[in-house]
Amino acid sequence: MIYTFGFYLFSSILLASSIMVVFARNPVHSVLFLILAFFNTAGLFVLLGAEFLGMILVIVYVGAVAVLFLFVVMMLNIHMAELKYKLKEHLPIGLMVGIVLFIELIMAFIGWSVADGRAELASPTPAGIENSVALGQLIYTKYFMLFQLSGLVLLVAMIGSIVLTLNHRKGIKKQNIADQVARSRDEAVKLVDVPIGKGV
Amino acid sequence: MSFIDFLPAISEIYLIICTLVLLLLGVFGLGHQLKRITSISLTALVGTILLIVLSPPQGSVVIFNGLFTVDNFVVMMKAITVVAALVSLLLTMDQVSNENDPTFFIPWEYPVLLLFSTLGMMVMISANDFMSVYIGLELHSLPLYVMAAIQRENLKSTEAGIKYFILGAVASGLLLYGISLTYGFAGSTNFDALEKLFASQQIISIGTLVGLVFILCGLAFKVAAVPFHMWSPDVYEGTPTTVTSFIASAPKIAAIAVILRIFYGPYHYLAAQWQLIVIVIAVFSMFVGAFGALQQKNIKRLLAYSSVSHIGYALVGIAAANHFGLQAVIIYMTLYVVSALGIFAALLTLRKSGKGITNISEFAGLSKTHPFSAVCMAIFMFSMAGIPPLAGFFGKFYVFMSAVQSSLYFLAVIGVLASVIGAYYYLRIIKIMYFDTTEASLDHMREGTTSKVIMTICGITLLTFFIASDWLLSLSAGAAETLLTSIP
Repeated sequence: MIYTFGFYLFSSILLASSIMVVFARNPVHSVLFLILAFFNTAGLFVLLGAEFLGMILVIVYVGAVAVLFLFVVMMLNIHMAELKYKLKEHLPIGLMVGIVLFIELIMAFIGWSVADGRAELASPTPAGIENSVALGQLIYTKYFMLFQLSGLVLLVAMIGSIVLTLNHRKGIKKQNIADQVARSRDEAVKLVDVPIGKGV
Repeated sequence: MSFIDFLPAISEIYLIICTLVLLLLGVFGLGHQLKRITSISLTALVGTILLIVLSPPQGSVVIFNGLFTVDNFVVMMKAITVVAALVSLLLTMDQVSNENDPTFFIPWEYPVLLLFSTLGMMVMISANDFMSVYIGLELHSLPLYVMAAIQRENLKSTEAGIKYFILGAVASGLLLYGISLTYGFAGSTNFDALEKLFASQQIISIGTLVGLVFILCGLAFKVAAVPFHMWSPDVYEGTPTTVTSFIASAPKIAAIAVILRIFYGPYHYLAAQWQLIVIVIAVFSMFVGAFGALQQKNIKRLLAYSSVSHIGYALVGIAAANHFGLQAVIIYMTLYVVSALGIFAALLTLRKSGKGITNISEFAGLSKTHPFSAVCMAIFMFSMAGIPPLAGFFGKFYVFMSAVQSSLYFLAVIGVLASVIGAYYYLRIIKIMYFDTTEASLDHMREGTTSKVIMTICGITLLTFFIASDWLLSLSAGAAETLLTSIP
């Protein structure tokens, strides 16, 4: 009972807030509605028993991605009127593609027939193991290669963003504490014997 | 699992270690010296090639719990990919030593990114599971986006990078969605398991098919097949020519290898379902490539459209879905990479008043000032147009023959028509080089020895291919053998 109620609650808010993401006049409101959508999706995941995905969604998407969006939206001066005008231009094609895709997916889900041998192929779900525990046990053992390679993907992302944004400007004055500490008295101070009445 | 079990992946492990050491060297040791880092990465790539070629597997080996496989097909595709990466890095090296060009700026991270991208391609080719395909794909394309935008002061380069990145992200999303649908309906992402499942099934669930279409869309983007080719001309035009030589060669081989692995592997049992889609994509790629290139003035945009049509021809071989088709695609892609790298090497040796060539009309009078480059360019163009006895002819011939073997006469006829249209713009370049005159002739360059050597080697390979065609045929037959165990 509460399960069904939860499902309808989360999914109706999710749908409404997704629509508002597109139609909100103020881009900041769009991002806020996006965050609401993420929260409701997380709720749906929890209802499905996929609590790990739900938590990841909140931590990664709400905590990092959406905040980043918010920054971008606030920093950039986006002209919504111009965007709306362009939207009208592309609307027919977009609608057509969207409708075709939608019908395809509806067909896919109406004709829902899971493959015959699927039950044997799918990994078993042993009783008493929560899916976060199961994920933890699998990622570092069975799928450790993917885990390591994902690390490399993140490293590449890091290198890439540094390459594209780091600006070594010439002639800028920087403080280098190691250099400052390593200075000796000899190179810093020069004793000059100034004769009286002459100046330096 | 002991260390011995990792041995089939020794070339990847070696490349990872080399790349990470190189990164540390760049940050702490050598400082920002592109030249030294490039030469070390060259040796790393040579070592990788040796490891790939010298440790051929016995039959087909699957390691890392079914995520990773090595067989003759994998070895051959990996070797071609890494050689293409090596050649493209050699071209970069040549540009680095040529200090004349003040507009040419490439940060020292470039070789490191190229190595990471190559590593991703190797993982992708070796993948035996959709998850490793995806991770490999991301690892190979993420550095490519950065490499496309590497000249960040240049507006066109930045534009190319952003376009490539956004469209690439959408394509990755499509691919991932397709994989998740397939997983939902079939219960596994492992190729061996899927193969068993599809072999035993009479009725295919529609969800698997929708998943298949999405996966094909994602991969078609990576090879720039129509209708997912939009990024290609802009990216080719915007990126520096050395980077273009990489984007045009190695990733295409890797993506075609993945398509072959998926569609000749587990999905071969669904050939009746995907054949039509691949045929449509192939036909459109051939024609859009041919007609698109007709109006291009920019040589790199022209090459982009030409690569779209070449991918179309390769897809003809995939659509054939028979044993010979697989061989034909492997040979076609190998020859395509040789001629593409040759053209880019030739482009890099030519300069006009200190700048690289962009417009086709700048080739005018090339036969007078640079007779040897003109001959090489002519060989590449004739080969790409498919004029016998050059290599390109054999590539096209094998591909069309495989289509005929599968009774796809219509497709073969369309392919021949498209290559006749395509011949026009290849021959037009030859006409400009040999028969047009101009006052402003091209510069005489003393540097660029490596590029010239590469250009010569590619030219000779294409010219004398008909002598060695049996050798490549048997090599590709050996590769095809391991991929196809159940196909006539």
